[in-house]
Amino acid sequence: MATILTVDDSASMRQMVNFTLKGAGYDVIEAVDGVDALSKAKGNNPDAVLTDVNMPNMDGITLIQELRKLPSYRHTPMLMLTTESSGDMKTKGRTAGATGWLVKPFNPEQLLATIKKVIA
Amino acid sequence: MTIDISQFHGVFFEESFEGLEVMESELLELDASSPDVESINNIFRAAHSIKGGSGSFGFNDVTNFTHVLETLLDEVRSDKHKLNQDEVNLLLSSVDCLREMLTAARDGTDVDEAQVKSIHDELECALSNECVTETETETETETEAKTKTETEEHAVVKNESEVLAAALEWHIHFAPHLHLFQTGNDPLRMFRELEELGALTSTANISKLPPFNKYDAEECYLSWDLVLLTEAKAEKIKEVFEWVEDDCELSIEQGNQQETSNVVNVIADNATPIIEDVDVNKVVPVAEKKKDADKKAGASNETTSIRVNISKVDALINMVGELVITQSMLSQFGEEFDMNNIEKLSEGLKQLERNTRELQENVMQIRMLPISFSFNRFPRLVHDLSNKLGKKIELKLSGEATELDKTVMEKIGDPLVHLVRNSIDHGIEMPDERLAAGKPETGTLNLNAYHEGGNIVIEIVDDGAGLNRERILKKAIDRGLVKENEELSDDKVNELIFSAGFSTAEQVSDVSGRGVGMDVVKRNIHDLGGVVEVKSETGKGSTFTIRLPLTLAILDGQLIRVGTQTYIIPLISIIESLQTSIENTKSIVGEVELYRLRDDYIPVVRLHSIFNIPCDSTKLNDGLLVVAEAEGQKIGLFVDDLLAQQQVVIKSLETNYKKVEGMSGATILGDGTVAMILDISSLIRLYREQAEYKTSSAMNNQAA
Repeated sequence: MATILTVDDSASMRQMVNFTLKGAGYDVIEAVDGVDALSKAKGNNPDAVLTDVNMPNMDGITLIQELRKLPSYRHTPMLMLTTESSGDMKTKGRTAGATGWLVKPFNPEQLLATIKKVIA
Repeated sequence: MTIDISQFHGVFFEESFEGLEVMESELLELDASSPDVESINNIFRAAHSIKGGSGSFGFNDVTNFTHVLETLLDEVRSDKHKLNQDEVNLLLSSVDCLREMLTAARDGTDVDEAQVKSIHDELECALSNECVTETETETETETEAKTKTETEEHAVVKNESEVLAAALEWHIHFAPHLHLFQTGNDPLRMFRELEELGALTSTANISKLPPFNKYDAEECYLSWDLVLLTEAKAEKIKEVFEWVEDDCELSIEQGNQQETSNVVNVIADNATPIIEDVDVNKVVPVAEKKKDADKKAGASNETTSIRVNISKVDALINMVGELVITQSMLSQFGEEFDMNNIEKLSEGLKQLERNTRELQENVMQIRMLPISFSFNRFPRLVHDLSNKLGKKIELKLSGEATELDKTVMEKIGDPLVHLVRNSIDHGIEMPDERLAAGKPETGTLNLNAYHEGGNIVIEIVDDGAGLNRERILKKAIDRGLVKENEELSDDKVNELIFSAGFSTAEQVSDVSGRGVGMDVVKRNIHDLGGVVEVKSETGKGSTFTIRLPLTLAILDGQLIRVGTQTYIIPLISIIESLQTSIENTKSIVGEVELYRLRDDYIPVVRLHSIFNIPCDSTKLNDGLLVVAEAEGQKIGLFVDDLLAQQQVVIKSLETNYKKVEGMSGATILGDGTVAMILDISSLIRLYREQAEYKTSSAMNNQAA
């Protein structure tokens, strides 16, 4: 089954997302911020990355930038979880190499629908 | 199929409260004129997380409130807004407000709407830099109204378009830029999405493909012309390409011009790529307020979690390992039983006792947290209260690393706050008074915690004016608590402040109608199995000392016997025990017996009568009287015998059977029998009911 790397500094969000994704049959790798995600990314090969933007140590945008530098992540779908739907965020994300975004707050159903958009 | 995420609400609340503490401590240290960048970021992130989480879990009022807060913080962190000290105070008030809102959401109670709105408006005011009283900035209701009309328009329009046209033919031209793949996007997935909307045919344009030797597999040279037959609106089609709209050339036009409806075109023009359309809006959960049938019980039934240092867990695992070793050694002995090896058995049992004790101590440690969690609310409190009263006070904390049981810490919070407020209100004098008395202008308040014996000791020390003996005495006499010419030591006078009905009349600060008085503080501490006392020196200051057991699960008890039954009285409730002498007993109407103990008349509570069990003898001379106290009431428990004093593990009757009046729990003794632990206050109630009944029936008999 497909694996998703989820990154969020909020434990409740991680748990909620984890629960939703696992319930739909995905495997999940969790990370608490960009630094943690990068180290977990190097040993794994997820089919998609789902990352919060505002996190300590390394934010989501920087994470996506760094991940894109890794050969196995050049085309991996990467989604930002953001509370803004402003053009500014979209531009920043796209420039960093993000595939798309999911606007917070979202419910589990929206999450699954969005994941389906990037995983076959 | 709705996925239930309410199981994560607990975690969300916990991390939100933690986030609020971060915000508060950072705000307290913040220098408004040149705020530390890292601080602002931390504060922003905390607010942002709370906003995001509350939205996802459906606590929309919290989301709306936090949104304004977050917006202001965002402007500060991107240097668009300069903070001033008043705004920092406003932010602190917002933190308080959020705390209340989250607590209300968690417990299913109500929040002060007016206060929320007022702070919300102040935040908006700070944002817009002009104070608007009314409708200029969007209020919650306005935004709701707006989205309502928007969704209504959609609904109306949808119906109209359904009426007007069935499937429309759309011509889509999609020409992605070269680097589309590098953002992880894939046209194939988008086309699959389009296929879900209707019948799709596509024609690829390969004119831009370079010759093989110049071909880069990571670039997208293709473009497509698609024809989609669908009932979906243009907006829905545009949504499919939402993520790549700036990375491509995209045109979506209607091919079939016959049944063009103006309404449909209007939508196409106004289409903004948003994920939330009509259907999805229905699905966003709004957390229902929990039914507060057992609000009080609910508070104690919360499933909370605790963070434990992994080294504690490792130590436990180690100890369990040792226990297993001891157990197998003993079992081996049992298998190859040999009277000659009795020494080995004895050694093994000693080892077992050691293992068990260590394990017990370490397990209790798991539930322990440093008292800093409780202490860290005080800097803010002292800061605010001393400002409010115009006093200068320095707070010194020591022993913050001292650990105590998590539940005990949660319950000691309010009493501590009250004692600190008391010291600030009535203890520490105004700056000019202090100077006149030759003291430094700034008063000192010391909060100290340490372990002593099996207890944790918390001291609240102030260098204020101390307790005023005359004033206390006068008040006590006024309220009939002491007689006019009674001789009382200083300590006894000081103790009076803990009497019921003694609350000081000059409450300067707002205790929020929690009905807290020193007597409640004493009772709360007593409920935790602890004691509170005060020492004071006029002009120099006062020291309040709280002693609490390290754990709620274990009790120091006095075993007593009534007939064949063994009961346990909490040592802390026992004043003294004595041999009864019949001369000191007086009976009044209907079998109520009073025992004269020095200057007091104490009701005699016959346990054999209350519990309806046989006893050795009903003659008072033959038994013993255990004088116990609860809530300021003394009673004499008539028992057959006093047995040992020991530590017992409290087992709950409620969880194993049901709540029983007169008992606070049970325990299993060394010989395997069950002994009930007496609840003195409950016994007093039981006794009173019985006495009233007996008195009234006796009086009825007399009258008859």
